[in-house]
Amino acid sequence: MERPLSPFMFPIWYRFQITSALSILHRLTGIALAVGSILLVWWLISVAAGGELFAATHAFLASPIGIVLLFGWSIAFFYHLCNGVRHLAWDAGYGFEIKSASRSGYAVLAATVLLTAITWLYVFLV
Amino acid sequence: MSEFTLPANSKVGKGKHWPAPKDGVHVKGFRIYRWDPDKNANPTIDEFEIDLDHCGPMVLDALVKINDQIDPTLSFRRSCREGVCGSCAMNIDGHNTLACLTPINSLKAGARRITPLPHLPVLRDLIPDLTGLYAQYALIEPWLQSDQPPPDRERRQSPEDRAKLDGLWECILCFCCSTSCPSYWWNQDKYLGPSILLQSYRWLADSRDQATGERLDRLEDPFRLYRCHTIMNCTKTCPKGLNPARAIANTKHMMSERG
Repeated sequence: MERPLSPFMFPIWYRFQITSALSILHRLTGIALAVGSILLVWWLISVAAGGELFAATHAFLASPIGIVLLFGWSIAFFYHLCNGVRHLAWDAGYGFEIKSASRSGYAVLAATVLLTAITWLYVFLV
Repeated sequence: MSEFTLPANSKVGKGKHWPAPKDGVHVKGFRIYRWDPDKNANPTIDEFEIDLDHCGPMVLDALVKINDQIDPTLSFRRSCREGVCGSCAMNIDGHNTLACLTPINSLKAGARRITPLPHLPVLRDLIPDLTGLYAQYALIEPWLQSDQPPPDRERRQSPEDRAKLDGLWECILCFCCSTSCPSYWWNQDKYLGPSILLQSYRWLADSRDQATGERLDRLEDPFRLYRCHTIMNCTKTCPKGLNPARAIANTKHMMSERG
């Protein structure tokens, strides 16, 4: 007789909470940044090569698709950065009460929105 | 490897509906996970309607009433009915807790779904197989280890050292925390999980225990300790209000201190 496995997954069988949702988001933004680093290398190569390759890369990044991708990566970057600082605080032994862990989670979300907004205001206005 | 869906034999179907007696005033439904090892069938969710005017206040009271008056085959573990034995740990509305400490009226209307502790083999209905967890508990050698010969009376401890065990000794090994942890769902063959690591820290923090080095050696492994990613499901779900996430962080700290 093969025994069934008891139900487990989010969000149907196990409730999400701010800390678990942000933990998954940290993993996802980490993956997005790894993919984004390939783009960064491509851009650096095009800068070194110059000429037509640079022009083509620049045209792609300045296109609507390129802007959307860069916008997504900037959110992922700032989220991963801020949440990484939160992880450092945990590693140093701070913020383990449920109340402070959820507060620091909301603070990370707010900081992500703020830093992304400042960056893109700078890009478009300056 | 991370799995996100239930295997084919574990998918949950719709089960039987057990209607309430007609004269009931405060009739409420409970949706309860059922699986019978004697039938060659997938698990189901049965719906039991009971009259809360003739039922005790806690979720465990509802389960006992169903077992007693509606379907005597409904199986679950229970013993103390006051949150010290840890037997009636189960998933109630998507959150692991003790049925005996959960008031029925604290549950949202229309929900009241009860399933076994997550991601464990099911023996029957709400009874999961805890063999793996007990084997991991044995692995950490959960007893006082000392080179000193036993004194005539107790081994003494300063009040400050004794205070370091508060928040650790209260653990009743109900395993709500371990089975709430995604890392434990996906690596329970290699990762010890929050409940065992809290128990492990209970001995690491004990001034009378002298096996600290050996205890830390046992955890020096990519999985046993370090699969904790501070998801904090453990601390949120603990029915005794303990903080396994902090116990694990303290253990990691001890590990880095000794270099």
